[in-house]
Amino acid sequence: MINGISVNYLMLLSAVLFTIGAVGVMARRNSIIIFMCIELMLNAVNILLVAFSTLHQNADGQVFVFFVMTVAAAEVAVGLAILTMIFKNIRSIDTNLLSNLKD
Amino acid sequence: MSGLSVHQWLFGILSFLTVLFSLMVVFSRSPVNSVLYLIMSFFSISGIYLLLDAQFLAIVNIVVYAGAIMVLFLSVIMLMNLKEDTEPQRTVFTKIIAGIIGGMFLFVLTGVLKGVEVLDKKLYGTSHVGLIENLGKVLFTDFLFPFEIVSVLLLSAMVGAVMMGRKGFNKN
Repeated sequence: MINGISVNYLMLLSAVLFTIGAVGVMARRNSIIIFMCIELMLNAVNILLVAFSTLHQNADGQVFVFFVMTVAAAEVAVGLAILTMIFKNIRSIDTNLLSNLKD
Repeated sequence: MSGLSVHQWLFGILSFLTVLFSLMVVFSRSPVNSVLYLIMSFFSISGIYLLLDAQFLAIVNIVVYAGAIMVLFLSVIMLMNLKEDTEPQRTVFTKIIAGIIGGMFLFVLTGVLKGVEVLDKKLYGTSHVGLIENLGKVLFTDFLFPFEIVSVLLLSAMVGAVMMGRKGFNKN
């Protein structure tokens, strides 16, 4: 039962969440926090997909959310493995120290 | 104020909580606190899914995101022993620049949304799209091939993670 939730507010919420995630990626130096902010951005997109799926009464959007979650799980598994390897080598996951490719 | 229905009130409260917890993820100094706030944020997002009649996704969001992925984050943070005092901080100047860029981005996004008058409608009635019966039918007919490919993706991600965690992987 959905009682009068406006699609515009859902879009606004999604935009705000995406912006918070983007600001987090720009403002933090800890690689794990940056990963978490990417998850936040993915969830912002998921909210929008569910909203339009309900608006158009079409299940495709929710199936897409399902796929996004799967890809996020795979990404996190590989990403955290890479981060633990980096931590093993240089004892830090500060993004400012990960500049070997720069010079 | 009395014109708002219970669902609208719930939606307002849940979106406020989601935004608040997401802000706390970015602004909290301790990484463990960030993860916990992100879990809270995912729970409120699940509440929003429930309000939108997407019951299956609400449960999957809690089980997969808040249950599995966030526990993985938490265990890695505890493994690395990251604390508040070891947390690297950007300069205030960079943070202000990031805030300004984010504000401009949000401004552009809302500006675009304001122009979309077609979508200025409200959701009413009961939706059966989000029930697991309906989603399963779509998933196993229209999206059968992507579904199988995703299983291969998960398998390859698992193999990759195990490869990298192996002893002596980084010794040339």
